[in-house]
Amino acid sequence: MASQSNKGSPFKTHLFVFLLPAVLIYSAFMIVPLIDTLRLSFYSIETDGTASFTGWSNYVTIFTDERWSADFVNALKNNFLFFLIHMLVQNPIGIFLAALLSLPRLKLKNTYRTLIFMPTMLSVVIIGFIWQLILSPIWGVGDTLVGFIGISDGLPPLLGEESTTLLTLSLISVWQFVGIPMMLIYAALLNVPDDLVDAAIVDGANQWTAFWRIKLPLILPTVAMVSVLTFVANFNAFDLIYAVKGALAGPNFSSDIMGTLFYRTFFGFQLQPGNPSMGATVASLMFLVILCGVMIYLYAIQRRLRRYQL
Amino acid sequence: MRTSRRFGPLAVHALLISYTIIALFPILLIIFNSFKSRKAIFKSPLSLPDANTFDLVGFEKVLGSSSFDVYFLNSISVTVMSLAFVLVLGAMAAWALAEYDFPGSDFVALFLAIGIMIPIRLGSVSLLKIIVSLGLINTLTALVLVYTAQGLPLAIFILREFIAQIPNDLKEAARCDGVSEYRIFWSIILPLIRPALATVAVFTMIPVWNDLWFPLILAPGEDTATVTLGIQQFIGQYVTDWNAVLASLTLAIVPILVLYLIFSRQLIRGLTAGAVK
Repeated sequence: MASQSNKGSPFKTHLFVFLLPAVLIYSAFMIVPLIDTLRLSFYSIETDGTASFTGWSNYVTIFTDERWSADFVNALKNNFLFFLIHMLVQNPIGIFLAALLSLPRLKLKNTYRTLIFMPTMLSVVIIGFIWQLILSPIWGVGDTLVGFIGISDGLPPLLGEESTTLLTLSLISVWQFVGIPMMLIYAALLNVPDDLVDAAIVDGANQWTAFWRIKLPLILPTVAMVSVLTFVANFNAFDLIYAVKGALAGPNFSSDIMGTLFYRTFFGFQLQPGNPSMGATVASLMFLVILCGVMIYLYAIQRRLRRYQL
Repeated sequence: MRTSRRFGPLAVHALLISYTIIALFPILLIIFNSFKSRKAIFKSPLSLPDANTFDLVGFEKVLGSSSFDVYFLNSISVTVMSLAFVLVLGAMAAWALAEYDFPGSDFVALFLAIGIMIPIRLGSVSLLKIIVSLGLINTLTALVLVYTAQGLPLAIFILREFIAQIPNDLKEAARCDGVSEYRIFWSIILPLIRPALATVAVFTMIPVWNDLWFPLILAPGEDTATVTLGIQQFIGQYVTDWNAVLASLTLAIVPILVLYLIFSRQLIRGLTAGAVK
């Protein structure tokens, strides 16, 4: 796309004027902090503020110190569960809704799309409080609602018990963000040529088999993209757990994920003082986890799936 | 059109309507109940407010005992400023990358794309240090700088694709007339990429308005709290006052819903167009 007239003069002031402000702000507030955080994970910061290089010792502490490793493994495990529930519930529902919306000659499809996407627009904090109120045994509106579908015992304290809190929070997050896979997959489905589906229908297939046999295989690259976006978002999540359960991610850390562990490590909680270098270490480990997810997507999935792309 | 018997149009509408209700009911429940008296909230949570149960006590409490107006103003300033920087600086960088051939342009493009996938939050430890050393802690400027850095990668990525599709004739004609590169960008390119700017604007705005993390760590003060942080702290304090809690949630929800309904077509077009690429 380079235009011919720009070749020739070796130093182009306008190039720098256009490029520099964005590169500077982006570097100063995104890249430098990221790299410096990785660096800090190899330091130990004393109470007087001086940092000393300690090599891998922060990492050794996280993986071998009994208290640290228990917290870390718990948060990592919960975070994978959080991601798994999104993959098993949010993305299939999103694909299903997108498939319904992309049926030919469906009326009101724009209205459905707009309304179903609405919760996605709201802040996670607000969504967290909304569901906290609805599930609250004090209000009892949840009990009334499940009464309609024949459950007369009412709701157990879903956000109060160790066994159900993480699952409930995951489903709240699924409920809020189902609009994103729906939209992205819907857009991909629009791109599948009508001829292909029409030909199958003429041959006697119905919309259902046409979707499974023709459309879904063709949109697999988008499904992979949605999966990696879900992965990055889930391993970066924090707001929902913090809004509903606080930094302690209770009960008894059963809803603790990497984001809340990072916050507690960095800022401290109750009697435990904050620890910037351990915080940096947790952040670096989150970085590694996210990087692994992105790499798997870029190298393995993307390469294998590209063959099917039209 | 042959529609299969398993999936008749009625069944499709029934499914979509059911899901729409699932998506909207919790939000509407909060909004309706915020206009009711405390007694009615608990006695008949599922009914609409009527003449007997209508009560604005929650809103009076919220507007009286918290600085909601300040929170809104803070959120609006931060969002508008970040948006302006992301759009202008992003368009400039995207133009430079799409238009000029220079050594290392691929590297710069890749460098700027890292931020699309890697969340800026992970750098928080150092970011806090940097903001403190710049003396910007508890200022809206800190938030604007961070959100600008956060929004730029995706903005540059989308705008660059868009600018690359602009035909060369226009630019070349202007160059033959001796128009400067700055004028070409400002008077020819910017107006042409308005639709893409609108898409980028929506993508940039939503995460900025809704963010809790950076207000919490960089600007937690009462004077600089954004709506998201303000509501989080307000509800923490008034957790037992149901009228106030419901009213504060409604105050935070309704402006967004109104804006969303006005701009939804733009937003949805942007979302679907982006994925097609």
